[in-house]
Amino acid sequence: MELSLNVNNEEWALDVAPADVLLDVLRERVGTKSPKIGCERGDCGSCTILIDGRSVRSCLVLAVEAEGHEITTVEGIGADHLSELQNLFISNNSFQCGFCAPGIVLSATELLARNPSPSRHDVQEALSGNLCRCTGYEPIIEAVLAAGERNEEVSA
Amino acid sequence: MIAHEFAYERPTTLEEATRVLTEHSGSVRLLAGGTDLVAWLRDDAVAPDLVVDIKAIPGLDTIELDGDELHVGSLVTFTDLIESEVVAEHAPLLIEMAETVASPGIRNRATMVGNICSAVPSCDAGPVLMAYDTTVHLIGPGGARSVSIDDWFIGLRETACSDDEVVTHLTLALRPHGGVYVKLMRYGGEDLAQAAVGIVEYPGHEYRVAFGAVAPTPIRAHRIEEVLRGKPLGEEVIADAVALVRDEISPITDMRATAEYRARMCEVMLERGLAASHERLEGAGPAYGTRLI
Ligand code: FES
Ligand code: FES
Repeated sequence: MELSLNVNNEEWALDVAPADVLLDVLRERVGTKSPKIGCERGDCGSCTILIDGRSVRSCLVLAVEAEGHEITTVEGIGADHLSELQNLFISNNSFQCGFCAPGIVLSATELLARNPSPSRHDVQEALSGNLCRCTGYEPIIEAVLAAGERNEEVSA
Repeated sequence: MIAHEFAYERPTTLEEATRVLTEHSGSVRLLAGGTDLVAWLRDDAVAPDLVVDIKAIPGLDTIELDGDELHVGSLVTFTDLIESEVVAEHAPLLIEMAETVASPGIRNRATMVGNICSAVPSCDAGPVLMAYDTTVHLIGPGGARSVSIDDWFIGLRETACSDDEVVTHLTLALRPHGGVYVKLMRYGGEDLAQAAVGIVEYPGHEYRVAFGAVAPTPIRAHRIEEVLRGKPLGEEVIADAVALVRDEISPITDMRATAEYRARMCEVMLERGLAASHERLEGAGPAYGTRLI
């Protein structure tokens, strides 16, 4: 099937089969490797991407379903320079191996877009579907909270 | 990777959808959010010849208040419910339930109607929709028909919807009420219910009680409702209701919990849930969304 895909504001015309999963198409055909193959069954969040600004598990989406929608991955978010949030993840030492990082950056990006100064509970809830085997989560939550505090300062 | 091939159709009207379904002789699966279907395709738990994506059909993604009825379209996601002011005001239990479903990345995609169509035992929407006297509306080759949610679940992953039908929307009968959805799980995030109960109290001491994850399908607890009917809630009445829990449910032991733990927790959840529903009916009690266990 013909599929036109918008990934990080770039148009792609691809020939895909209905059974092709979006995660695989993004990684193998488009070449965006930031969505990671973890559980491939919706449990871990490492394959998280944004579709029209909403976090979605790309392992549970058929590529053909993405026709006409805007896909954002970490490659898109950090294209010109790292986002404020990404810098805070670095300064808070929020990742060790980094396998969970793209998914967590995107989940947190969605949260901050809708709720610029989230509470700790909001952050925990937003990241509740993203597993991290290394950090124990605390440095991640701190980084997102810090981003929220900066947003508050800016708007104050 | 999904190992087997299938054809894919994306109809743009309900007429087209039902035509595709009737014309197709092999096995068909409808696709909405896909959070169950794509996982099942990958596991080879289902192997349809055709997948029909209903997301391009306009009008199925709306939440509409119509007098004392709330219509929820079949493409309404759990996130849509959580963000809806109409739902917060008129059917807050839907939000209390939706907030326990997996995590945002699933809720952004998964639909409530898809949840009852997948019809797994731990289906979160089932008990709450039973407590809200819900009707399921379908369209098929013979036209439109409706089914009470009480007759919807036939068995494990089996519903009253036949292969050539599409669910268009649900209708909830709204009355003043207080209710709870209590869900037992090992942790937040991605876990399924070990046991769940949806409870609504309507004025005049009328009650609805339905359990999830403790039988092959969500189940309405008619005997418990009967014993409660017409009686104001007090310690004794609640104890009578709790004494019936083990007659209503048939929990199993699996990796999430033992049958005994599930049964005992259903008793605790019913006891606390009835009390909280009553307080909420009176405009007090814990705010919706507060975890009772
Ligand atoms: S790989 Fe998609 S959720 Fe784990
Ligand atoms: S940093 Fe290793 S999984 Fe999160």
